[in-house]
Amino acid sequence: MEIIDGLSNRVFWAIGAIYGLLIFASIMVAVLKRRSPGEATTELSRRVTSWWFMITIFTIAIVTNRIVSTVFLGLMTYLALKEYLSLIPTRRVDRLILLFAYWAIPVQFYFAHQDRYGLFLTFIPVWMFLFFPMAMTLAGKTEGFLRAVGTLSWGMMITVFALSHTAMLLAAGDKAGPAGGAGLLLFLVALTQFNDVAQFTWGKLFGKHKITPAVSPKKTWEGFLGGLVSTAALAALAGPYLTPMPMHWSAASGAMIAIAGFLGDITISAFKRDLGVKDSGGLIPGHGGILDRVDSLTYAAPVFYHAMHFFVFGGRI
Amino acid sequence: MVKFLRIAFFALVVRPVLLIVLGMNVRGRENLPTKGPAIIVANHNSHLDTVTLLALFPLRDLPRLRPVAAADYFLKNKLLSWFALNIIGILPLDRGGIKKNPLADLEAALDRGDILILFPEGSRGEPEQRSDFKRGVAFLAKARSETPVHPVFMHGLGKALPKGSFILVPFNCDVVAGAPFKWEGDPKGFMESLEVKMNALASKGHVQPWE
Repeated sequence: MEIIDGLSNRVFWAIGAIYGLLIFASIMVAVLKRRSPGEATTELSRRVTSWWFMITIFTIAIVTNRIVSTVFLGLMTYLALKEYLSLIPTRRVDRLILLFAYWAIPVQFYFAHQDRYGLFLTFIPVWMFLFFPMAMTLAGKTEGFLRAVGTLSWGMMITVFALSHTAMLLAAGDKAGPAGGAGLLLFLVALTQFNDVAQFTWGKLFGKHKITPAVSPKKTWEGFLGGLVSTAALAALAGPYLTPMPMHWSAASGAMIAIAGFLGDITISAFKRDLGVKDSGGLIPGHGGILDRVDSLTYAAPVFYHAMHFFVFGGRI
Repeated sequence: MVKFLRIAFFALVVRPVLLIVLGMNVRGRENLPTKGPAIIVANHNSHLDTVTLLALFPLRDLPRLRPVAAADYFLKNKLLSWFALNIIGILPLDRGGIKKNPLADLEAALDRGDILILFPEGSRGEPEQRSDFKRGVAFLAKARSETPVHPVFMHGLGKALPKGSFILVPFNCDVVAGAPFKWEGDPKGFMESLEVKMNALASKGHVQPWE
């Protein structure tokens, strides 16, 4: 399948708008910090600084060319899987099998890059799913087998399989509407991250009623619904520009991203809580690890991709 | 020339590998010594321990950093011994020798203002399982009782590259540096207090069973 690498001007304008938002947020946080200096606002400004870095790295990755973008997404996935495998208990005997788990990343992203839908869809849920228990059986240690194969398979799905949908969006190329595959990716990632921030902000301002006190005590209905409405509104504006969807469908997919993002966030929270850690790592100052940053994307990316695939493109991406 | 090679090895090989293939979560970085003389005491799981500890310091401190390592293991052939002495910069220690004072070289290095890195477990042992600390460190601390001792706990490197393996598997690693302390009392008391400090640092790291 021929995929053209040309990047639509719309992607550049959208990135410009994101930087506009970032400058606005930086000014807001600087004002807050001056008004009430303290640990909370220092943390907030650390987060904003990290956003500058993350958005800049993402921008460079997305505007260079599609190979660079896909490699970048693969690298992000690698860091997420590494964090996951470092947090869970593992068995010594499985060391080399874990190495295979890492090598599955370039394979999966290659299939995505080549737009091989069938291979992309089966490689991890079918082939790797069968391979890991086989390799562990042949390694010959049954003690802790079920835990090892279960945690590895789930980790591969929630990190590698889920996040590789971002590369699949890119591979849609010119078929994907006015801003190409990059437009779809930008729509998904920007809205997912915007929703995180919006949920946080609404929750801080008006949060009262907890949604999941046992899993994520800081999440409130006010934050969730505020995020949902804000994200749907932003999606309604950005969708017709970056995707082939009209305004009402864009708003609906914004709401879908907000809900999926929320579910991804609390799912990773449940996993971290089970292991007794607060952050998945220390890579991003003010945010925690990479898994803390892409938690919402682990649900939002597959849900958004498959919704686009079936409802918008009728199987043509 | 060799000095340059050493810096290049750390800047171009060790640091990128630690950054991308591994990934360090460092806590208590402010507790690491900024000048010598000082003694760093760490647990030992992997060959990576030494280079990781060295990479925690700025490159300009490299000439002052001397990992203390077993002469019988690292000086057994020419190539390894050149690499160990010049690139890693080890200070060879005779294990079970019959010298009058086996710690003489270490004491001399401290007198020159070097920062010594010691692994009192003696050998890497079973990865991610701590074995008993040998008491040599207590005698060194006693002989140079004004030198601060910095306890450092490391976890994860033994999973990435355990003893007996040559294949590196990526894992994030924890490094927890504790507040420095000085010699007091007797060797037994010193070792007990070191043990307590290491256990306290270990409980700050996120340690998962690995069996």
